[in-house]
Amino acid sequence: MWVYEKKLQYPVRVSKCDPMMAKFLLEQYGGADGELAAALRYLNQRYSIPDKVIGLLTDIGTEEFAHLEMIATMVYKLTKDATPDQLRAAGLGDHYVAHDNALFYQNASGVPWTAAYIQAKGDPIADLYEDIAAEEKARATYQWLIDITDDVDLQDGLKYLREREIVHSLRFREAVEILKEKRDEKKYY
Amino acid sequence: MNDQVRYWKPYVSPLDPCPPIRVKSFSTPPQLFIPFQPPNLPQFTPFEALKYGTLWPALYSPYGGPKQFRQEEGET
Amino acid sequence: MQKTVDENYYKLLHELQAVDFVLVELNLYLDTHPGDANAIQQYNHYSQIRHQIAHKYESQYGPLKNFGQSYAGTPFNWIDAPWPWQV
Repeated sequence: MWVYEKKLQYPVRVSKCDPMMAKFLLEQYGGADGELAAALRYLNQRYSIPDKVIGLLTDIGTEEFAHLEMIATMVYKLTKDATPDQLRAAGLGDHYVAHDNALFYQNASGVPWTAAYIQAKGDPIADLYEDIAAEEKARATYQWLIDITDDVDLQDGLKYLREREIVHSLRFREAVEILKEKRDEKKYY
Repeated sequence: MNDQVRYWKPYVSPLDPCPPIRVKSFSTPPQLFIPFQPPNLPQFTPFEALKYGTLWPALYSPYGGPKQFRQEEGET
Repeated sequence: MQKTVDENYYKLLHELQAVDFVLVELNLYLDTHPGDANAIQQYNHYSQIRHQIAHKYESQYGPLKNFGQSYAGTPFNWIDAPWPWQV
């Protein structure tokens, strides 16, 4: 089971009301390489992966939910108290008429999240390579998000999330090495 | 200065409508060069670790965006 | 009725976030390095510190966890705002 902890993993700050940036951030909320897809991908792969790496998938999958909450917090703060006119000017008029200020699992273009974004092939190497690729794609998305805003406080949180993708990628790469081993051979190079 | 960036020079056509970017770059962060993290690497303090997004300086990857990359074009 | 958090809230929260982050990092590291005794020792050490800071935080600002993983006050203060995205 899961237990909720009433705090963010990282202190999220934004320095201005910027609904358009909130729209862009949705790419990491309900997008193909976003945090929701990441969490569900890893937690679902756990059931068919060798026991040795179930712990890693569980822990990274759990951390992704903390990141999903950070993205939600950014979107929430960037759009809080924005008027319908402001939302319309930011290209969120279509979002407003369907959802008001509610968050919705969709990407930056408004395409709803789908399970087709995530894969579970049942082959541990194929699944871990997908995970590594997912982390690198999420890292790239964070780079482009950092590039497209001048909000230093927001960039700070996005840089943190980019770094987490790097650490997760390394751990998945290590998991591949662990599965390649025939016994407990030395694995430091 | 930043060895976590690689540069390449795309073909530039005289018929390209936008002013050409002659040198392009992409990120090559530390996980690409660490097949398996060795034990006992130096660590950040807890507050630094939270700020940088990792406990280990060896895994830290700064990102300054395209501006930072472009300044370094001249040096390569 | 509306409570506003003070400066100390952010300071204490930041302390907790820092220690908890070290634990996340050590946890993921140990998932792929289960034989690293130094890291395990450090993990248990920070787990103890985490417990102390969380206790201090909860005594001032209410429960951090649901489902009985934190002690609750009367009236049931788990449900009190602010929630993490609101502060």
